[in-house]
Amino acid sequence: MKPTRAIVITGNGTNCEMEAAHACRLGGFDETVIAHIAEILSGEIRLDDFHFLNLTGGFLDGDDLGSAKAQANRLKNAAVAGGQEKLVDQFTRFIADGKLILGVCNGFQLMVKMGMLPGFDGEYLHQTVTLTHNDCGRFQDRWTYLKTDSSSPSIFTRGIDRGLYLPVRHGEGKFLCDSDAMLARIEGEHLAVLRYSDAGYKEATMEFPANPNGSTAAIAALCDPTGRLMGLMPHPEAFVHYTQHPRWTRENLPEEGDGLIFYKNAAEYVGKNLI
Amino acid sequence: MANRIETALRDGVRDARGERIKREIEHFLHLEVEEVRTVDVYTVDADITKDELELAASGPFSDPVIQIWSIDRPLAAGFDFAVEVGFRPGVTDNVGRTAREAVAYLTGRPSAAGEGVYYSVQYLLKGHLSLADIEKITTGLLCNTLIQRYSILAAPDFTEKGGFPASVPKVSGETKAEVREIDLEVSDEELMRISKDGVLALTLDEMKIIQSQYRDPKVLAGRQAFGLGAKPTDVELECLAQTWSEHCKHKIFAGTVQYEDEQGNTQEIKSLFKSFIQRTTKDVRERMGEKDFCLSVFKDNAGVIKFNDKHSLVFKVETHNSPSALDPYGGALTGIVGVNRDPFGTGIGAKLIFNTDVFCFADPFYAKALPSRLLHPRRIYEGVIEGVEHGGNKSGIPTVNGSLVFDDRFAGKPLVFCGTAGFMPAVVNGLPGHEKSIKPGDLIVMTGGRIGKDGIHGATFSSEELNENSPVTAVQIGDPITQKRMFDFLIRARDKGLYRFITDNGAGGLSSSIGEMAGECGGCRMDLAKAPLKYPGLNPWEILISEAQERMSLAVPPEQIDEFLAMALRFGVEATVLGEFTDNGVFHMLYGEETVAWLPMEFMHEGLPPMQLPAKWTPPQHEEPVLKEKADYTGDLQQLLAALNICSKESVVRRYDHEVQGGSVVKPFTGVANDGPSDAAVVRPLLDSFEGVVTAHGICPRFSDIDTYHMTANAVDEALRNYVAVGGSLDLVAGLDNFCWCDPVQSEKTPDGAYKMAQLVRSNQALYDVCMDYNLPLISGKDSMKNDFYDGTTKISIPPTLLFSVIGKIDDARKAVTMDVKRPGDIVYLLGTTADELGGSEYLALLGSVGNKIPKVDTAEAYVRYQAYHGAVNQGTVASCHDLSDGGLAVAAAESAFAGGFGMTLDLSRVLWKGDIAGKSDLVLLFSESASRHLVTVHPEKRAQFEALMGGTCFASVGVVTEGQQFSVTGLNGATVVKADLAELKEAWQQTLREL
Repeated sequence: MKPTRAIVITGNGTNCEMEAAHACRLGGFDETVIAHIAEILSGEIRLDDFHFLNLTGGFLDGDDLGSAKAQANRLKNAAVAGGQEKLVDQFTRFIADGKLILGVCNGFQLMVKMGMLPGFDGEYLHQTVTLTHNDCGRFQDRWTYLKTDSSSPSIFTRGIDRGLYLPVRHGEGKFLCDSDAMLARIEGEHLAVLRYSDAGYKEATMEFPANPNGSTAAIAALCDPTGRLMGLMPHPEAFVHYTQHPRWTRENLPEEGDGLIFYKNAAEYVGKNLI
Repeated sequence: MANRIETALRDGVRDARGERIKREIEHFLHLEVEEVRTVDVYTVDADITKDELELAASGPFSDPVIQIWSIDRPLAAGFDFAVEVGFRPGVTDNVGRTAREAVAYLTGRPSAAGEGVYYSVQYLLKGHLSLADIEKITTGLLCNTLIQRYSILAAPDFTEKGGFPASVPKVSGETKAEVREIDLEVSDEELMRISKDGVLALTLDEMKIIQSQYRDPKVLAGRQAFGLGAKPTDVELECLAQTWSEHCKHKIFAGTVQYEDEQGNTQEIKSLFKSFIQRTTKDVRERMGEKDFCLSVFKDNAGVIKFNDKHSLVFKVETHNSPSALDPYGGALTGIVGVNRDPFGTGIGAKLIFNTDVFCFADPFYAKALPSRLLHPRRIYEGVIEGVEHGGNKSGIPTVNGSLVFDDRFAGKPLVFCGTAGFMPAVVNGLPGHEKSIKPGDLIVMTGGRIGKDGIHGATFSSEELNENSPVTAVQIGDPITQKRMFDFLIRARDKGLYRFITDNGAGGLSSSIGEMAGECGGCRMDLAKAPLKYPGLNPWEILISEAQERMSLAVPPEQIDEFLAMALRFGVEATVLGEFTDNGVFHMLYGEETVAWLPMEFMHEGLPPMQLPAKWTPPQHEEPVLKEKADYTGDLQQLLAALNICSKESVVRRYDHEVQGGSVVKPFTGVANDGPSDAAVVRPLLDSFEGVVTAHGICPRFSDIDTYHMTANAVDEALRNYVAVGGSLDLVAGLDNFCWCDPVQSEKTPDGAYKMAQLVRSNQALYDVCMDYNLPLISGKDSMKNDFYDGTTKISIPPTLLFSVIGKIDDARKAVTMDVKRPGDIVYLLGTTADELGGSEYLALLGSVGNKIPKVDTAEAYVRYQAYHGAVNQGTVASCHDLSDGGLAVAAAESAFAGGFGMTLDLSRVLWKGDIAGKSDLVLLFSESASRHLVTVHPEKRAQFEALMGGTCFASVGVVTEGQQFSVTGLNGATVVKADLAELKEAWQQTLREL
């Protein structure tokens, strides 16, 4: 059987490529490659050879024009060496091929600013939502409780019981839509996969610090209607083993961290559908 | 013509940046403002069509969901005053640089020379404010005039003028390539004027040494062969000034000290560095024998120790005090991205795994008058914290450990310590990773950023006190993304074996990096005209000494240069061949064909005789405070918990990403609500292994007011006891010393130099004594010796400060221990003894006194106990452990209790006492800061095992963890002396800095 292959794109300020690749391996991918954007633009590495694309956390171009803006511009406009193709063509083909993309933190910001999410009506290059400065005006590193929408089509969160406990580490995580209709459609189609909530995962919350950024409707994650593309501000790759939990010395925790399920689900989906 | 693209938030979108400015104006300038809104301005100075401008404005420059944009038309409306703040010409403008790149991607054309995009921010203020108020807000908060420029328009003027004009802060200048000769055959006064006016920071003796070098016929003959005359060129003089600066040469630590102690005994010490620091490492290593884990000490940019058979650990801590005093944000940002380059440029190159930060500030709520030129401590606090936040977070390196230390003397100069650890393979391409070499014929290659006038004279200016005329150019702004790109490239080039040697460009720029590299093989020849410049107009000497950031220097074998340069190009990193290494003994600089500097290597590196430094120790006598015993100390405990040096720093720490790279095991905060203060950090550098790196530090400048010997002993002990607390192994732990002193050189400006020098000697003596007893080799360090402010009338000297950092290993990170109590019923133990040692304590500081009874470290007793405790950790008998430091037992116990969310009862009569019983009292037992103590909790089931493992050491069970939410302490006579709800104590501890 062909191997399941994950790719993690790095370069220009991504920071979480190591732990994202580690999570892919733990999740069950046969092969995981950390590819520098230079190696993709030079044509050495092609997205077509992979099934699962990770856009990881970091500070792409320093977030200098707003988080991930410069990279969104680069991906849309940069050409791949040795052919007629633009890099964005590889992305749209990847999506059309029914493959998986997970954007975490800066990767989520990149996905919304490229227009890949929410991806209504097959439109993956038109921005309709955004992620902007936290209401508190500052970067925050803190752990958050995330209530799952069990009706969401996201393939990444399948099997999650009530919710997840994961860290956020961002200055621009406040989710906003361009219109109330957009928000209604996102909520109506259950695309708001995760919401910041109380510790019991009962109610979504707008209270700081449980909701660290003031996101509309406490939205922490978003998927497209196919469920194959997902972005989230919290970091699933940062909690794949119990020693990463802030209270592991005082709570009896299982070996695996809450975030690993994203990568297990991705590997399982790829194995069943794309091989 | 330049165009202005403006972007503003749509109506109804919250302006978090504006709100923050509004809060700060009200909080710190005490002015009422109705509203502050902000507009981003991109001034595009490029050959670009209107369509392309619109594409840029609507594309990368704005977010369609929340922003609107305009071209050459102001968006501002509904304000009373508009203030626009942008950078001065030549100052690093990261947003502008990214914007320029974005335009190039968009148009498909690389930007032409001289084209640029410049970023500024427009602040729109609404409220009953006068023009004077606005000036105050602008210069006090919005704009650091050293690096930024501003203009202000009242609403009517704004309307009339159609907003602000497009202004392009481009550096104008032509290639001058001017080389001056400096006549040194002049009077002594004239020599000193040359040094002072040129910010050379050379003494008269040093100027005279240079003068006589240029009288040497052999030197003159050598120069003549390259067309140089008898006078030094400005390139040569500047190069010597950098190489010989206190910053680069550590003249005080290398000097000869005549030390006289309080008994009148005299001693000559030839080099404090060799006599104490280097000797510590040598003696400890000898004693360790086979168990020695040091791989590279003192000779490289950072120290290297073994982690396991396959990997090595690299660690360096630096300071960036003087630049942070002038431009807190830029100075601190440069501090952190600068220290990143040290481990990266150690051995053949290391991946960076964590940062540590320690900042020393004056009270951010300082309300007294300050000398002009000094920024308010609050502004320094804000700027430094934000600078290091951006530098660390954007570089993707977790900030795992740190401190904030407050003393009002740090108004004279803040201390900004930034540390970075790296991780490298033990073997790279068949050679030890911590080693490197240069062969004559290897090419000199510079990678990363370009050279500008930024950071000129950084090394020499920080070798003097801060004064009215400190140069503006000494300030730089770091660019973490350019550096990150370079590191991404270089780490791959390392693994491909594309270079032979790497080092960092820091203080002194190329003069220092290439000067040191040339020392490896015996010479170099470099063409300064080949160096890539940010803008034209730099003279050769400026190119040589510029401290423009984000640059590494490498030696690349000629056969590898094509592959190296091709790979750099692919990764978008600039790499330039500047010359070659030689073995002819000369540091030879050219500008094109012309020789501009010809310096024998021996003179550069060995030409300076040691400084002669008098030192006389007279122990200070402080008034001994009369302490009244009280029946209840609850209020005192609450006051201590709220004290700046003790209170929670969570509002700061949460701004630092401490978890990126995924290896965090013991985080800065722990406990039931993730808010208890950890003693040390544990990090797993390899995600598929449970071997952990442990790091901690100690710092206690308050003790310097009594005796720097004990200040140092306590700092080293504090670092090690923090390290031990979380489970760090004593078999593999090393130390780093960072000395920050006030000028200890006796002079007119420093009449108490001999005393300050004696303080330095005593500190070094303690460093040797304690590290020997603790088996702690020193692997790297740094000194910063001129931490004073002097404007001719007011002098502010910092308290002598030693930051002692430790790095080591925990074999199994799953055994790490945190400081929060875990469950009711657990027994509370106090390890170590308590003595009447309130001198220099936080408790006395509350009363405004210092006292004399300084804590003394009993290293022999402590070391045995630390070893026993480590055994107890390994056996899994310890539920929690917290180190006792500022505020003593009461503070540590309260912190452990409220972090764990359970009450605690303590009985002071069970605390082990050391010394004269007459000094024993509830007050002393609660608040004495005696060294080497830990507060440990143990589950009753593990009691026997724990006590057996600790057998033979000083420890006592002093209390119990309780179900309730009360913290209570019973005094010596059986009465309750402290009683409070955990919530009250926690609130006291959290409120001080919560809003900052």
